[in-house]
Amino acid sequence: MFFAIVVFVIVNSAGWPAVRKAFFDRKLFVDSFPEIAHAFLLNIRIFCIAEALILVFALGIAILRGLPGPVLFPFRLLAVLYTDLFRGIPTILVIYILGFGAPALQLSGVPNSPLFWGVTALVLVYSAYVAEVYRAGIESVHPSQEAASRSLGLSRAQTLRYVIVPQAVRRVIPPLLNDFIGLQKDSALVALIGPIEAFRQSQIDVAATFNYTPYMVTALLFILATIPLARLTDWLVARDRRRQSAGGQL
Amino acid sequence: MNENGSALRLEGVRKSFGSVEVLRGVDLDVGEHEVVCLIGASGSGKSTLLRCVNLLERIDAGRIFLEGDEITRRGVDVNAVRRRVGIVFQAFNLFPHMSVLQNVTLATTRVLHRPRAEAEAEATALLERFGLADKRDEYPDRLSGGQQQRVAIVRALAMQPELMLLDEVTSALDPELVGEVLNVIRELAETGMTMVVATHEMSFARDTANRVCFLDAGRILEQGSAEEIFTRPREARTRQFLERIIAAGRL
Repeated sequence: MFFAIVVFVIVNSAGWPAVRKAFFDRKLFVDSFPEIAHAFLLNIRIFCIAEALILVFALGIAILRGLPGPVLFPFRLLAVLYTDLFRGIPTILVIYILGFGAPALQLSGVPNSPLFWGVTALVLVYSAYVAEVYRAGIESVHPSQEAASRSLGLSRAQTLRYVIVPQAVRRVIPPLLNDFIGLQKDSALVALIGPIEAFRQSQIDVAATFNYTPYMVTALLFILATIPLARLTDWLVARDRRRQSAGGQL
Repeated sequence: MNENGSALRLEGVRKSFGSVEVLRGVDLDVGEHEVVCLIGASGSGKSTLLRCVNLLERIDAGRIFLEGDEITRRGVDVNAVRRRVGIVFQAFNLFPHMSVLQNVTLATTRVLHRPRAEAEAEATALLERFGLADKRDEYPDRLSGGQQQRVAIVRALAMQPELMLLDEVTSALDPELVGEVLNVIRELAETGMTMVVATHEMSFARDTANRVCFLDAGRILEQGSAEEIFTRPREARTRQFLERIIAAGRL
């Protein structure tokens, strides 16, 4: 209802014909679509690689942060510093700093491509967020689970691997996905240090035609990319609920 | 097995949580195949005592021996000790993300490194023995409390422990489910399993225990046969405790 009113107001506004021409040009939409869609493949590559790395790396950080005892304090401190640092700096700055700074060091054996450093920056930033999500999940598993596992003779590492982390991950799937959607959208920021992904391509198209329709193409592509992930999460959560709980409607 | 047939021995065990001293010098000797029941009010230290034997809590003073080996000395392999001692908790503590079968085989495959097929066959046989064969592939949350607790017992038994510790295993159950769990424990006692059982089920203690220990304020105040403790308690505190239990209709 509310949505209908908004649409009605927009469509009947004085500027609508001009906006419609500038943003919703059908011919331009069709013309620019293939090129932008092709560029969007780069976004997909960026966030798929980044997500895979983040899943592992962030878990490592979260586990470091949960290590017990005074001997391991330096590791905990390291994890805390890492999280503070990379959550504190705006993503776009990290991308600039790494994208322009790291290649300038001229280190041998390290790739110089802006794409590499862009992905690295996204992994570093989002791992800090995702590590906190993991940590919340790990801490939500009741200590009695650890006691039960250790009492059976499993080591601390085995307990994490087979008992704590599997339960923690199941619980944090929705917030984890939330961060990944953020990441998918931020893959557009990598364009700022050079690589031509969907957003950059649409900027080029806009500059060439003085029409904003290519932006709408890009927006649509981003939405389409997040939907499968959202449905996957819903399915995962529903599956666990179905399997583990007593059934029946609450 | 050492010469005096002692399965478990505690010498002067002390444990504090912050400024609260929960165990204040506990001495206890449990023989092979003996069933020892620990009774006493909530907070008397029963659970803490069991958790100390399983090394889930580090003791502050004293020594604990398992089959003559001191398990509280520095540098002892705690995982190796826990392989020999099974514990069952009041709240079951099953792993909710694993099926019954996975719960039972986790430790046998990952700690004892049994081949999966062998571990599953053993687990299935144990589950069958305790009337849980048809629950093999269920998840814990789909089982009744009594079934969950029986699975927890099977999970501990699968490790073939030398000693079983049962920590108020029926306290979280509905009254009508208590019986099935107690029957399992009785059956274990009949097979000669050495057990230390913290319990509020006095009739169970009376029927099954070789020895009953009354814990009061972190000490074993009195111990003896069930007959002695329940009919001729020497200590005033024991009498008082039993009177309250009787008044509550639990004996």
